[in-house]
Amino acid sequence: MDAAAASTQAGEPYAPTVAGQDEQPLFRARGLSKIYRMGEVEVHALRGVDFEVRRGEFLVLLGPSGSGKSTLLNILGGLDTPTHGSVFYRDQELSKASEGELTQYRRAHVGFVFQFYNLIPSLTARENVELVTEIATNPMEAADALRLVDMGDRLDHFPAQLSGGEQQRVAIARAIAKQPAVLLCDEPTGALDVSTGGIVLRAIDRIHRELGTAVAVITHNAVIAEMAHRVVSLSDGQVASEVVNASRRGVEELEW
Amino acid sequence: MSRNSKLFSPLFLKLVRDLWGIRSQAIAIALVIGSGIGLFFGSRATFDSLFYTRDTYYREYRFADVFASAKRAPDRLLAEIREIPGVSVAESRVVVDVTLDVPGMDAPAKGRLISVPEESRPQLNNVAVLRGRWVDSKRPDEAVVSEAFATAHGFDLGDSVYAVINGRRRSLVIVGVGQSPEYVYLISGNDLFPDVKRFGVFWVARRPLATAFDMEGGFNDLALALAPGASEQEVLTRLDEVLEPYGGFGAMGRSEQVSNWYLQNELTQLASMGRAVPTLFLLVAVFLLNVVLTRVIAVQRQQIAALKALGRTNFEIGLHYASWALVIGLTGCVFGVLFGVGITRAMLEMYRTYFSFPELHYDPALKHLWSAVLLAIAGSLAGAFNAIRSAVRLPPAQAMRPPTPPSFKRAWIGGRWLDQPSKIILRNVIRVPARTSLSVLGIAMAVAVMLVGTGMMDSIDELADVQFDLVQRQDVMVTFAEPVSSAALFELQRMPGVESVEAMRSVPVVLRAGPRSKQTALLGLPQNPRLMRAVDTSREAQPMPTHGLMLSKALASQLGVKPGDTLVAEVREGRRPHLTMTVASTIDDYMGTSAYLEIEALHRVMQEAGTLSAALLEVDTLAGEKLYRELKDAPRVAGVALRQASIDNFNTFLKDNMSGMMGINLLFAGIIAFGVVYNTARISLSERARDLASLRVLGFRKGEISYILLGEQAVLVLIALPLGLLIGRWMMAALVASMTSELYRVPFVLHGDTHVIATVTVVVAAAVSAIVVRRRLDGLDLVEVLKSRE
Repeated sequence: MDAAAASTQAGEPYAPTVAGQDEQPLFRARGLSKIYRMGEVEVHALRGVDFEVRRGEFLVLLGPSGSGKSTLLNILGGLDTPTHGSVFYRDQELSKASEGELTQYRRAHVGFVFQFYNLIPSLTARENVELVTEIATNPMEAADALRLVDMGDRLDHFPAQLSGGEQQRVAIARAIAKQPAVLLCDEPTGALDVSTGGIVLRAIDRIHRELGTAVAVITHNAVIAEMAHRVVSLSDGQVASEVVNASRRGVEELEW
Repeated sequence: MSRNSKLFSPLFLKLVRDLWGIRSQAIAIALVIGSGIGLFFGSRATFDSLFYTRDTYYREYRFADVFASAKRAPDRLLAEIREIPGVSVAESRVVVDVTLDVPGMDAPAKGRLISVPEESRPQLNNVAVLRGRWVDSKRPDEAVVSEAFATAHGFDLGDSVYAVINGRRRSLVIVGVGQSPEYVYLISGNDLFPDVKRFGVFWVARRPLATAFDMEGGFNDLALALAPGASEQEVLTRLDEVLEPYGGFGAMGRSEQVSNWYLQNELTQLASMGRAVPTLFLLVAVFLLNVVLTRVIAVQRQQIAALKALGRTNFEIGLHYASWALVIGLTGCVFGVLFGVGITRAMLEMYRTYFSFPELHYDPALKHLWSAVLLAIAGSLAGAFNAIRSAVRLPPAQAMRPPTPPSFKRAWIGGRWLDQPSKIILRNVIRVPARTSLSVLGIAMAVAVMLVGTGMMDSIDELADVQFDLVQRQDVMVTFAEPVSSAALFELQRMPGVESVEAMRSVPVVLRAGPRSKQTALLGLPQNPRLMRAVDTSREAQPMPTHGLMLSKALASQLGVKPGDTLVAEVREGRRPHLTMTVASTIDDYMGTSAYLEIEALHRVMQEAGTLSAALLEVDTLAGEKLYRELKDAPRVAGVALRQASIDNFNTFLKDNMSGMMGINLLFAGIIAFGVVYNTARISLSERARDLASLRVLGFRKGEISYILLGEQAVLVLIALPLGLLIGRWMMAALVASMTSELYRVPFVLHGDTHVIATVTVVVAAAVSAIVVRRRLDGLDLVEVLKSRE
């Protein structure tokens, strides 16, 4: 790796949105493969993926079920480790990190948004966000994070009192309240209808624009891809194509 | 707007709210833990109180180390006894049993008159004077009376009772009420329980007592204190040698002293109760916590994954789930300590009726509180171990995905002839064999505890039945101070209301077989006695052997002899011959360690004619009063024991106290039964809610899905019932064996209806749980359940 470049770029969390080729990427993966063993069958979820995420970038990962996109996202997020290959977050090698180091990494740098929100049902919106802010080093106020996703008037509602879209926005607030370098979203609109999905995407887009957080979104909805700087398509555990959008569309312009 | 959410960490709030969600299960478990901790704390605190009280009392009132009695020893012998190495204090006394005529009581009572020193208080076995004053040794008629007897008769200072001494009534004026460490358990002869109305101890001046009983310049009783480090056994041997020429009855240490024996026995039982029973309860609680928390982890799989993805450490997550168990455990501990204090109070209250202490010291020690807390924490963590481990090990990436459906096996039975719902039941039971067996075991434990708790009464009843219906069939037993000639039988026969009389000869002996020996008595009875009989555990009366001895099995095993063996009986009476006798047979009986033989055979070996030590009377109850009056005044009569009084006393002491204990047992067994059944049913409901809702959508009725869920519980209960009865019988046998002592063997008896009660209680607990679960099933919100993942 380029040690000189690493040292000049480290410690500058929120770079402007423009993704320059010469900068050190946020994530750099080389030859990633992941093999699951399910009973007597070996499942190759990833087969030698080379991949990067740049700072401040809005990236979309497209692909059918079983193409390996969730596995890739989980590895980037430090929830899973590759069987072969290497993956770096800045100059930290995640593929060699211990479980404790991965936890520390998630705690400090990554925001997760899941398809099924995964809120703690016994905690209110605010408390769900505080679950993160109380352990983060430089968090925003939980209420502020919720206001960013237009949930400022729902602070004390329990998940069961919120609609799916609202729950997902709380999940986004929870993910960004620690001011992470990257927001990883696994099918964030997968369980939502079109208009609610639009609201959620707008929230993600706003975070991206206002905080400069890099965003990686998994979807199999090709329309969402038009929001991205770059679209990477996965197929059967390999990168099938990579497209750089010349001009991004705003959420309002998307045609569902 | 902002609530106090900042005050508490979100994980703490999650803990509180989630626990609130399973509060009924949590409370059920906390109660089981509480029962265990309560019994632990209660028996420990009671043990301490009793132990401390006893030690303080023994020390302050100088309970003797060695006791001995003789027919009559001269005073000068005392100097020789003091010279025995190891003896630090030796005090002689005159102790005699007399018949008492108590104003207001028809039947005669038994009084033990104990002489007190002329100049001072007793050096050993001192008396705590609770009311009034000490005896003035110059006043021949003054007495300090044992407190229990005074209370039972409502004596005031200045009241009198009459002792029949050599056929003359002598009044004893009560000047004080006291207690002695020698008579903590106030018992006389072969009784099992203190008879406070019919046995009193009187401390009186020595000179008049000695005069009346021809003990001037002599003594018949001895109390010794040993020097530190002295060998008790050596002192006992030497003492026996010294007293032998004076009709010594055999010296004994504290461990054989009756009052102390009972006290020690009670302490031993308390200690074992403080171990075994709480362990059982805590094991059940550990099992329940394990089941419930494992289920919680399964339900919260996605939440755990999210927490991990958000950067929560394994330690934080582990601690979170450990806290679930700790909150339940410590809640149980609070219940337990409250329970325990209650149990301690109740038990000490009960001991007040059994034991005479100046005061029962009660100070629940802090160390038991800490032990209780540690026990609760250890139990909780043991119960949470599995859950914590799986929460920590849960790979977050994998937990994002819904769990794979559990794998099932085709049952080896019922493939064809069972309907679909029944197949579901069967497969669920078989799917998690470990949990199924633990649930079955848990319910079985409830049955077992129930059976043991109520079954104790069956054993006690059997003991009472055998003792009072088959063994002691006489209405009245008259014992004589000295063996009397058979002419006494005719005198008794002529007394009012006496229908028949049977003779009994009792000879104090030491039986020796090789190195082993045992102080007891040879009991001579008619070959086939009608009144006092020897009855074995199968309720058969055994005839008295005309050659050799019939030994109580307990005695035979103590001496290590079997039928055909010979032993030596060293007689401690009269000419004190040493008799070589054969063991003719043994008898498996419940009470005492007796050696029986036919009365004529006994006369033969004793070379005496027609002598008797006691007479057994069959009496027309209507004549009671007249008969008692004559007996009270009869010379040579040392004691009159009434069968009815023994029965009444037995009932008050044992049954009243037993029923209290039984109530507690019943409560605890109910808690276990309900705790186990309710929790397993709720867990099944939680696991199955989605499937059952799906079935409802497919058109199954409420009753049909209830059948699936509750049917499974029913299967568990049905397997558990017979198993529990078996375990209960086994526990009962162990308990009964542990209660075996020289004085009595507790029979192993469990009546049919006791099995029924145990079964029914657990079935009722199961039914109540079923109703609760059924109501939840009926309230199942189909849409809500199906919408939710998991």
